Amino acid sequence: MSLRQMSARIRACFRASRLDRDLADELASHIAMRTEEHLRRGMPPHDAERLARVEFGGIAQLAEAHRDMRGLPFLDTFLQDLRYAFRTFRRDAGFTTFAILIVGLGIAASSTVFGVVNAVHLRPLPFRDPGRLVWIGNDGKEGDLSNLTVPVTPFLELRDQARSLSDAAAYYAFYEPGDSKLTGVGEPERLTGVPVSQGLFPLLGVEPQVGRLFTGEECRQNLPVVLLSAGIWKRRFGGDPAIIGSKLTLNGRPFTVIGVMPQSLDFGSIFAPGSRIDLFLPLPLTPDVNRQGNTLSLIGRLSPGVSVPQAQAELNILSEPIRVANNRDQLRFVASLLGEHVAGRLRPALFVLACAVGVVMLIVCANLSNLQLARTAARQKEMAIRVALGAGRSRLIRQMLTESMVLSCGAAAVGLALALVGTRLLAHLDALSLPLLENVGVDARVFAFTLLLTLATGLVFGLVPAFQVPARSVHEPLKDATRGSTEGRRHHVLRSALVVSEVAFACVLLVGAGLLIRSFLRVLNVNLGFRPERAAAMRIDPGSQYSTQAKRNTYFDEVLRLVKSVPGVEGAGLTDVLPLGHNRSWSAGAKGQAYSIAHPPPDVFVRIVSDGYLNAMGIRLLAGRDLTQRDTASSVPVMLINQTLARTLWPGRSAIGQMARYVDVDRQVVGVVADVRHLSVEQGSGCEMYLPIRQTNDYASVDLVVRTSVAPAEFAPAIRAALKPVEPNLPAHEFRTLQELVDKAVSPRRFVALLLAGFSGFALILAALGIYGVVSYSVTQRTQEIGIRMALGASAGVLRSRIMLQTLGLAGAGILTGAAGSWILTRALNGLLFGVTATDPVTFLGMIVVLIAAALAAGYFPARRASRIDPVAALRAG
Amino acid sequence: MPDDKSEILQGTLDLMVLKTLDAMGPLHGYGIARRIEQLSQEALLVNQGTIYLCLVRLVQKGWIKAEWGTSENNRKAKFYSLSKSGRKQLAAETRNWERVAGVIGRLLQLEGRS
Repeated sequence: MSLRQMSARIRACFRASRLDRDLADELASHIAMRTEEHLRRGMPPHDAERLARVEFGGIAQLAEAHRDMRGLPFLDTFLQDLRYAFRTFRRDAGFTTFAILIVGLGIAASSTVFGVVNAVHLRPLPFRDPGRLVWIGNDGKEGDLSNLTVPVTPFLELRDQARSLSDAAAYYAFYEPGDSKLTGVGEPERLTGVPVSQGLFPLLGVEPQVGRLFTGEECRQNLPVVLLSAGIWKRRFGGDPAIIGSKLTLNGRPFTVIGVMPQSLDFGSIFAPGSRIDLFLPLPLTPDVNRQGNTLSLIGRLSPGVSVPQAQAELNILSEPIRVANNRDQLRFVASLLGEHVAGRLRPALFVLACAVGVVMLIVCANLSNLQLARTAARQKEMAIRVALGAGRSRLIRQMLTESMVLSCGAAAVGLALALVGTRLLAHLDALSLPLLENVGVDARVFAFTLLLTLATGLVFGLVPAFQVPARSVHEPLKDATRGSTEGRRHHVLRSALVVSEVAFACVLLVGAGLLIRSFLRVLNVNLGFRPERAAAMRIDPGSQYSTQAKRNTYFDEVLRLVKSVPGVEGAGLTDVLPLGHNRSWSAGAKGQAYSIAHPPPDVFVRIVSDGYLNAMGIRLLAGRDLTQRDTASSVPVMLINQTLARTLWPGRSAIGQMARYVDVDRQVVGVVADVRHLSVEQGSGCEMYLPIRQTNDYASVDLVVRTSVAPAEFAPAIRAALKPVEPNLPAHEFRTLQELVDKAVSPRRFVALLLAGFSGFALILAALGIYGVVSYSVTQRTQEIGIRMALGASAGVLRSRIMLQTLGLAGAGILTGAAGSWILTRALNGLLFGVTATDPVTFLGMIVVLIAAALAAGYFPARRASRIDPVAALRAG
Repeated sequence: MPDDKSEILQGTLDLMVLKTLDAMGPLHGYGIARRIEQLSQEALLVNQGTIYLCLVRLVQKGWIKAEWGTSENNRKAKFYSLSKSGRKQLAAETRNWERVAGVIGRLLQLEGRS
C-alpha cells in the first residue's frame, strides 16, 4: 500500500459519516438512472425500480464493503471501540476514577524508580567515551581515604609506565567542604574547591563553557587561578561571562577566574555524592605534595582495545616495583570502570526497589483484573446480547482490551505527571547522598519505559476479563438470573485466586519493607561514640595573619573563650575532622615495638583536636585525663587514644603513660576514650588517636564544635556575634548540627526504607480492597442463600463469623504463600540489612499480624452487611 | 475482505475502468458500469454496485478523480475522469496485459501429446 493510499484510508476513517452520505447519494442517482432507462424501454414503474435494485445488488453490503475498501477496517473498529469505551466509562465514573488512580500511582512509582535506575546505571557519565574511563584506587580499607588514595610520585610513575592506560589524571581527595572562604564580594561564603591535575578535564573530555582550562605552567607553579562550576557561576555571579579575568578573594588570597565549567560536569554528584563542588583549583604534582603521602584519587583512560582485567593485570605487575621504589608500606593499584565505581554500590538497593515496584505493578494488575471481572460478571448479559446479535468472540475480546488500554493510557497520563514531580523532588534532595541524583528526571528513555509499562498493564489487566467473554453459550447468561451458575462459580474461583496472589505479593513487600525499616531503626540506635543531639559545628580556620603556631594558639584560646561566654553554650572544642566525613590515617605503633612488613604497625585514624573537644562532642573519657590548654608546643607531646588502639598496642595493660610513635614523633598517652564511629554509622571504629591542636601544625581545616543547652540552631546568631572580634567574615550558612551529619550519613538507607515502606503500604491497601471486593461480591451473590439461612434461624453473629472466616481463608492462603516466598526472597536483601537477619521472626510475625488485621477490616463491612440482610426482602427479591 | 473471485476481477476491472474513462472522457459510475456491461455482454459484473468498490480504490490510488456534476438528464451525479498518473498506469497495464495475454495465448496453443 502506498503512502498516499494509506493516508487517504486513514483520513477516510475519520470522515466516515460524510463519505457514507456521499456514497448513498451516488448510489441513489445510479438506481434512479437505471430505473429511468427501464422506464424508457416501457417497463411498468414498479418493476423498473425493483429490477434496477436487483441488478445493483445489496446496498447495505456494498456500503459495508465500501467502508472496508476505502478505510482501514482495523482503525475503524478501533475508533468504534474507543467511542464505546468512553461511553462505558462515563456511565461508570466511580470505577474509572479508581482504576485510573491506582494504576496511575503504580505507574508513577515504577517510572520514578526507573528514572533513578536510568540516571544512575543506564545513562552514561557526562564524559567523552565514559565506557573507557577507569577509577584507579589503592587497595585499602573501605571508607579510609588514606588507604584508598596514592601519593604523587607513584601516580606519575604509573602514568608513565602503564601501557594499558592511554592517559591518567588525578584530583586531590583531601579537599574539605568549605575549604575556600570567599570574601570581598557580598556575603562571605565558604566554597568547596577541588584541586585537579592539569590533565583531568582533557582526560574526561570536558570543555569549559566560557574561558579556558588550566595550563601546565599554572598547575606546576600552583598559580592562583580558579575554574568555577556552572552552579556557583549562575548563583553567585548571575552567569556573567565578564567574570573571566576578574579576581576572587579566597581565604584572603586573590585568585584569577580563568573559566567556567559546563552544567553537565556535576563533579560533586559523581565523585562526592551529596556534596556540592564550586571551584576547581590547580593541583601541583610536586615533591611537596608527594610528601603528604596518599592524597590523590586517580582516573585513567584505557588504551584502545584494552579491557579492565587486562589493565588490572598490568597494574598488578607495576604496583610492587613502584611501591618499593617509593618506600611505601602499602600500595597496590586497583582499577574498576568509573561508572561501576560511582554507582556500583547502589546496585543492590536499586535492584530491590525495582523488584518492589514490579511487585506493586503486579498487585495493581491483579486488583484491576478483579474489578474488571466483577464488571464483566455484571455485563454478562450485555455481552450475551451482543453475541446473539452477531458479534464475534474475538471482536468482544478486542472491545474489552480496548477498554483496558484506554484506562491504562489515562492512568499513564496521571502516572507520568506524578513521576515528573517525584523525580524533580528526588533530584533536589540535598540531604540525600546518592551519586548522580541530580540527573534524575523524565527523559526519552523513561518516557518509553512508561509507554511500554502502560501497554503491558493494559494488556495484563484486560486479558483476564476478556477471556471471560461468553464463548458459545448465549443461552445461559441470558437465563442466569442471580442464582449461582457454573459460570458464576468459575468466576469466583478466579477472583479468589487473584486476591490470594495480591495478599501474597503484599506480604512479600511488607516483610521486605519491615526488614529494611528495622535495619534503619537499628542503625539509628547505634552507639556512635558521640552524642549528636544538641551539638553543632562551624568552620573557623585561622586566617593567614596567624602565621605562627603561637599566634594560632592565641586565636584558638580567644575563639573558645568567646564561644563559651555565650549563655547556653555548655562546651566547645576544636577538631580538624568531623565524624562521618573525610578520614585520614597514619601508621602508628607502640614505642620500642619492632614492626616489619609482615607485622606492620596499625593504621590509625588521626584527629587533631583541642581541649574541650571530648566534652563538646560527648565522647566519653574512659581513663586518664583530657587535653588541656597547657598542652602546647613547649610542653611534653601527649595524645589521647581510643579503646581499640589501646587494646591493639597494649593488650591487657593500661595504656596511660605509654609512649606511642608515628612517623618519627613520640607521644605519651594521657587518656583513653570511647570508640567513635567515624567512617560510617554502620561500620566499627578502628584505631583512633587524638593529637592536641596546640602541639602540631598538621591540619588543613578547623571546625569549632559547640554543645548547647537547647537546639543548637538557635545559637547560630549569638555565636556569630560573639566571634565577631576574631572572625568578622564568618559565613552565614556555616552552621551544621551534628544531627545533620548523621542524618546525611544514613540518608541512602532512609531513602530505600521509606520508598519500600510507601510501596508496601500501597500494596497493603490494594490487597485489602481486593479482599473487600471479593467478599462483598460473594455476599451480594448469596443474598438469597443468606436470607434462607436467616429464615431457618441462623443468627446474625453466626453469619458474620462465617463471612469473616471466608475472609480469613483468603488472607490466610495469601499470607502462607507470601511468607514462604518472603522466606526465600528476603535473602536478596542481605547486603542491605543491619542488625537483623533476612528471616527475622519479629518482622515476619509483625507483618503477618498487620496483614491479618487489614484483611479483617476489609471483611468486616461485607460481613456486617450480610448480618443485616432482611430475610423477607432477600427471598422476595429472588 | 474481497474473496478470490473478485480479486481476479479486480485487476481486470481496474484496467477496464481506466480504459473506459480514457476512451469516453469523464463519466459517472452508472455510465461506466453500463459501458462495461455492454462490452462484456453482461458477463463481468454480477452486481452493478461492485463498480463503486473499484472506483473508490482507484480514487485513493490517485489514478482517477471524482467530482460532483450534472448528468445529461439533469440529475446530480459523481463524475470520474482519468488523472495524469492514471493515464500512465493505463499505458503500463495495457502493455502488461498484452504481454501476459500473448504468453497465455501461445501456451494454450501448444498441442497435447496424446
